[in-house]
Amino acid sequence: MTATATPTPATSSTTPDTSAAPATATTPDTSAAPGSGTAGDARPGTPRALARHRGRLIGAGVVLGLVLGSVLLGGGSWPAALGVDLSGPLERVGDWIVDNRDGHPLFLYFLGHVSNAVVVSVRAVYLLLLALGWAGVTAAAGLVAWRLAGARLALTSVAAFAVCAVLGMWVPTMQTLALMVVAVAASVLVGGLLGLAAGLSDRMHRVLRPVLDTMQVLPAFAYLLPVVLVFGIGVPAAVLATVVYAAPPMARLTALGLRGADAGVVEAATSLGATGRQRLLTARLPLARKELLLGLNQTIMMALGMAVIASVIGAGGLGDRVYQALASVDVGAALAAGVPIVLLAIVLDRVTAAAGERLGAAPAARSRLGWTLALAVTAAVAIAGRLADRLSWPDGWTVDTAEPVNRAVDWMTAHLYSGVPVVGGTADWAARFTAWVLNPLRDGLQWLPWWAVLLTVGALALLIGTWRTAATAVLAMAAIGVLGVWGPALDTLSQVLAAVAVTLLLGFALGVAAARSTRLGRALRPVLDVFQTMPQFVYLIPVVALFGVGRAPAVAAAVVYALPAVVRITAQGVRAVDPAALESSRSLGATGRQQLLQVQLPLARPALLLAVNQGVVLVLAVVVIGGLVGGGALGYDAVFGLAQGDLATGLVAGAAIVCLGLMLDRVTQPTQRRDPAGKGA
Amino acid sequence: MARTRLAALAAAAAVTATALTGCGAADMTRQASPYADAKGSRTVTLSVQSWVGAQANVAVAQYLLEHELGYRVDTVQIDEVPAWDALSQGRVDAILEDWGHPDQEKRYVDDKATIKPGGELGVTGHIGWFVPTYFAEAHPDVTDWKNLNKYANDFRTAESGGKGQLMDGSPSYVTNDKALVKNLGLDYQVVFAGSEAAQITQIKQFAKEKKPFLSYWYKPQWLFEKVPMTEVKLPEHQEGCDADTEKVACAYPHTPLRKFLNVRFADGGGDAAAFLKKFRWTTDMQNDVSLMIAEEKLAPQEAAARWVKENEATWRTWLPS
Repeated sequence: MTATATPTPATSSTTPDTSAAPATATTPDTSAAPGSGTAGDARPGTPRALARHRGRLIGAGVVLGLVLGSVLLGGGSWPAALGVDLSGPLERVGDWIVDNRDGHPLFLYFLGHVSNAVVVSVRAVYLLLLALGWAGVTAAAGLVAWRLAGARLALTSVAAFAVCAVLGMWVPTMQTLALMVVAVAASVLVGGLLGLAAGLSDRMHRVLRPVLDTMQVLPAFAYLLPVVLVFGIGVPAAVLATVVYAAPPMARLTALGLRGADAGVVEAATSLGATGRQRLLTARLPLARKELLLGLNQTIMMALGMAVIASVIGAGGLGDRVYQALASVDVGAALAAGVPIVLLAIVLDRVTAAAGERLGAAPAARSRLGWTLALAVTAAVAIAGRLADRLSWPDGWTVDTAEPVNRAVDWMTAHLYSGVPVVGGTADWAARFTAWVLNPLRDGLQWLPWWAVLLTVGALALLIGTWRTAATAVLAMAAIGVLGVWGPALDTLSQVLAAVAVTLLLGFALGVAAARSTRLGRALRPVLDVFQTMPQFVYLIPVVALFGVGRAPAVAAAVVYALPAVVRITAQGVRAVDPAALESSRSLGATGRQQLLQVQLPLARPALLLAVNQGVVLVLAVVVIGGLVGGGALGYDAVFGLAQGDLATGLVAGAAIVCLGLMLDRVTQPTQRRDPAGKGA
Repeated sequence: MARTRLAALAAAAAVTATALTGCGAADMTRQASPYADAKGSRTVTLSVQSWVGAQANVAVAQYLLEHELGYRVDTVQIDEVPAWDALSQGRVDAILEDWGHPDQEKRYVDDKATIKPGGELGVTGHIGWFVPTYFAEAHPDVTDWKNLNKYANDFRTAESGGKGQLMDGSPSYVTNDKALVKNLGLDYQVVFAGSEAAQITQIKQFAKEKKPFLSYWYKPQWLFEKVPMTEVKLPEHQEGCDADTEKVACAYPHTPLRKFLNVRFADGGGDAAAFLKKFRWTTDMQNDVSLMIAEEKLAPQEAAARWVKENEATWRTWLPS
């Protein structure tokens, strides 16, 4: 049950020019994949014979199941008798929380303090940032980047912060930054502690792993509601939601690093008489620092993604600007607030990635001097800014980009929406896609008897994974039925399947092309970066303008969002194919096409499977947000629950989304049946 | 051993956290936003709902509070029901435009007394079903609900299956449409656009093509200036006919929009509270500002500034003497 290294949104790192391209590829457990990827065929002795018959056995099981099912159970959707109605209890819980929030000891003495601590720390960071002024913050960013990652990234950071200011987004950027600093610190603390526990104790590892696996596939939107209910609208809720979302990668990578520590080194430390703590501090943690930094990198990226979604629950900052601009259908203004998010993401990602790269190198002798210098310069710049009374960015220096962007969007929608000769307008495509793909798919899924769906899920998961993943997938699917949202869940599933199909088609094509042509690869990179870090909300209006309201725009937004990860992983996989294999096939006279189809793609199979898995998880995350553009089904229920404070609808939909995510992840998980690193991370 | 260490560490962390935040009770219903008062000035936090009319209210109130009364104003965008919750906790100080939430009003105003009514906004809101005027002129009888089934075919889309499409907007808005369609025996499918932005975008696209559509919509709304729409008459609204949400078969009421203030702010908010209580304008005035924001794409503050310059007589009366 290995994990896919890259979790959900904004995560696959945006490091184009470091060799670490997608963060995915650097995680030990996935880089182990190519070697052991064909494990299914390569096992010795009896298991091998079994494996050969595996497909046939599963097929026989399915046929048997189908016959038995149709005889014993008949057709129809999930039977009401097997459902549990949670609306009554959930409503009571909601009421109890609202009534007791200002009086019950649990709130006064525990949650209240948590909330207080968050407010106090965000405020402290925010005031510090304001006190530094724009000059001080920009200088500090540049100098930190210089110390950690070199001169080029320092310039990039300075430019990025300057652009934020020029767009007139300085104060919201600082609010988001303050929130991020606190959320990332808390995530690293929580994730690090959990990872430490899981890394040191086998029992903890067994307990935590399924939890972390599940959190990895949670669409962020699903659990905003419970946090809001307890903490109310505002920054504390946003920070806590972000921590829940961003801590898991830190935890799993910490555990991975600790578990993967070279046994020889640890043994040596033991034989030198090091105590447990000494071993941890001097051998295991330093050995794991690469994973730790990668964990930090992923945590930052996820926190940034969440900080935007959290604007729905009053996080303020840049996300709020995006959200407000969209309310007046102002794509230009939304973009002006989205660009600083992209820039922050790129800067933070590259700086942490570069810091990770440099870790291996010998520490510079004058490192302390450098830091002192950086601190001194920052202080000097901040004081200079204060003396010159230039703390806030001068209004006159901002540029209004909203106007031209809006004009471009208007032009696009006016000319592409319909009546384009020969190919038809985008609205016609959307209508056809809905009528010919989405409707049959949804109706077909909903027509299937419930037990047949479970059977299919189980069989698919068994084909790719183990009986364990199959059991998880089937149980997750059954849980959806028990929750009483079988119909809407299948509707959502049909959208996910359609979007995944389109994503994979485009993604594999682009990925292969990018792998074969360096120029195309280079040209694609910045585009992919931007699409991946741009808050999903920004896409929503243009897709409605192009495809109308309904499920088609939700699918389109999901495709746009999931495409970069798929392209990246595919390109990476194809490029990583052993050159010797290519060379030998060429010497045998294979054409370029034959090479691609018969050598590169088969050898890149593990990467392609990973791409499928990532694509599915990312698509689900956005299809859910598609509830905001008429996607309906579970996404709409989640949005409805959040908007109406309706715990019963929202939480049930959220839980169903989680189950769906779990099911999809397990069904597509490229599991190595024999994992070299024990049970994997 | 490692585990006991870890436990000790966790305990220590917990103790430190408690010490840092101060001992004793911490009532999180009395916490302000960390971004408030950043410059040491008095701050008012206003809730902005997602529709532009509400943005117009807040923009003008914000402009006057900042430029005439010397406050700093923070705005937060939240949906309607969560906004009530935030208001009761003091996370926001005021809601300027409420479309009637009897459940919340009972809970927070009557039972818990954490929210105080702040008087009427002066604007009357009305929800209804609308068709574009170009379609209503070509087919005058469409404006009676009894004839809607006749036109179901015209309103069909890919999303509505074989039925006509009735487009609804944001899930946060008050709507009885599903029950109405069922109880009036209409051959229509309610399609939820999911957000007002999506709904507006779609309406504009339909209008550009002069296509027929049937949509849940509300007045006052700036979009009427861009896409003229005619209301479809539903069975007349009578007091209490919408009490049972399953059995509703009548039109939506005309609602005088109201303001609500957090109780601590209302009593101790000084000039700002007094000003917000007196804030009262007309539908036309709100529409003027909304149009500037939504159609001319002016920043809300610029739109407010322009309106304030031209309407001094109106807003002078709102200022506390």
